[in-house]
Amino acid sequence: MCLAVPMKLIEVTGEGTGRVDSGGVSTDVSLAMVPDAKVGDYIIIHAGFGIEVLDNEEAQIRIDLFHELAEATAHLEET
Amino acid sequence: MNPADETRTAQVLAREISERCLSCGKPLRFMEVCGTHTMAIAESGIKSLLPDNLQLVSGPGCPVCVTEKIFIDRALETGRRYDACLVTFGDLVRVPGSSGSLAGFRSEGGSVRVLYSPLDAIEIAAKEAPRPVVFLGVGFETTVPTVAATVKVAKSKGIANLFVLPAFKTIHRPLEVLAAKADLHGFLLPGHVSAILGSDCYRYLVSDFGKPGVVGGFEALDILLALRDLVIMTVSDSPAIINDYRRVVRPAGNPTARATMFEVFEEADATWRGLGVIPGSGLKFRPEFAGFDATTHLPVEVPPAKDDPRCLCAAILTGSRTPDKCGLFGRECTPEEPVGPCMVSSEGTCAAYYKYGLAARR
Repeated sequence: MCLAVPMKLIEVTGEGTGRVDSGGVSTDVSLAMVPDAKVGDYIIIHAGFGIEVLDNEEAQIRIDLFHELAEATAHLEET
Repeated sequence: MNPADETRTAQVLAREISERCLSCGKPLRFMEVCGTHTMAIAESGIKSLLPDNLQLVSGPGCPVCVTEKIFIDRALETGRRYDACLVTFGDLVRVPGSSGSLAGFRSEGGSVRVLYSPLDAIEIAAKEAPRPVVFLGVGFETTVPTVAATVKVAKSKGIANLFVLPAFKTIHRPLEVLAAKADLHGFLLPGHVSAILGSDCYRYLVSDFGKPGVVGGFEALDILLALRDLVIMTVSDSPAIINDYRRVVRPAGNPTARATMFEVFEEADATWRGLGVIPGSGLKFRPEFAGFDATTHLPVEVPPAKDDPRCLCAAILTGSRTPDKCGLFGRECTPEEPVGPCMVSSEGTCAAYYKYGLAARR
C-alpha cells in the first residue's frame, strides 16, 4: 500500500498542483508536500501526492556502484 | 543498466551474501517490515538466491493485514446505518469482516467506491452531499499525510459530509516490540515510510536493541544491496542504520509531510492484528479537526469480532510463522476465497506465497 513511483514533473498547473509524466502516461498530482519541486524533477508519487523529490546525484551514485560490481564480474567471466 | 549487467550485479551481491552467511554458520533471520518489500522479494525470486541459513520473514507493514476484523464490521455498519458512501483504497474491498466484506456490501446495493487518491473523496463528497461519505482510514506514515492534506482541503472548502474512520498506524512502536525478539537479527526498513520519517529516526534499533537496520529501495538490486549490508553488519556484530535508498530517503525525511500529518492527527493507542494493543502506535484526530471523525459523528455499535482460530495471520505478521505452516493455506484460504487479510491484500505474505509458489518451493 506504500507503493510509490517516480514520475517527471512536466508542468506546474496551479498553486501546489502539477502534472507528472512517466513514459507518456501523465496525471495531475498535489505538490503540497514537495514545495521545492521544479519542472524537470522526478517526483515520488503516492496516492496522488508527491511525497519526495528524487535526488539525481544519489541515483547516479547507485547506478555507478552497480556498474562497478557488474564490471568486476564481467572481467572474471573473461579471464 | 542493461539486463546483462543487472544479472551480473545481482550475482555479485548474492554471492557475497552467501559467502558471508556460510562463513558465519549461524542461522540469520531478517524481517522485511514493509509489505511492498514482501511483494518485491517474492516477485523477483530473491529468496531462491539466499543461503539456507538466511531466512527472510515478513513484518507488520501491510496496512490491510494488521487492520482488525472489527474495523470492517464498523465500516459496514456505518454504511448500513447512515446510508453512507464508503470510499477506500482497493486493497480493503475483499477483506472479510464478521458478516461479509465491502465487496459483499456493494453487491447488496451498498455504496462502496475505490479511490486512487484520498483527494478523490472531496469530489465524491461534493456530488453526494448531504449523504455522508466515509473514507476508510487505513495506512502508515506514507499514506497518512495524504489523508491529512485531503482533510485540510475539505475543511477549507467547507465540505461537511466527508468523514474519516481512522485506523492509521505508525511504525516505531511495533518495531520496538519486534526488535526485542531474540530470533530477529536485523530489519529491512520500509522505503516510503522512511521517505516521510527519514533514515535517522531508527537509531533506537542500535542503541536499545543492538540490531542493524537498512533502509532499502524496491528494485531487486536495491533489496540485495540492503540484505548484503544487513549480513555484513550482523556477521561482524557492528549494528548501525544504513540508508541504501538515498535517492529518495533523506536523513530527516520530509518535514512538510510530517507537519501536515501532525497538524490534523495526534498520537493514540492502536490495536494491531497479531500484536494486540500497542500504546502510541496509532493516530486520532486533533480537536480542531474532530468534525471529520466518523467514530464520533456517525457512531455505530458492533459486537466483538472473532477471528477464525485456525488462521495464522497474527503469527505470520510477527515473523513467527510462514504461510506454508498454516493448515488453511491454499486449501480453504485462497486469493479467491480468503479467510485472513494476509491472503487478501495484494501485498500480504500469504498472497505472495500463493501467487509465486513459495510454499511449494520451501
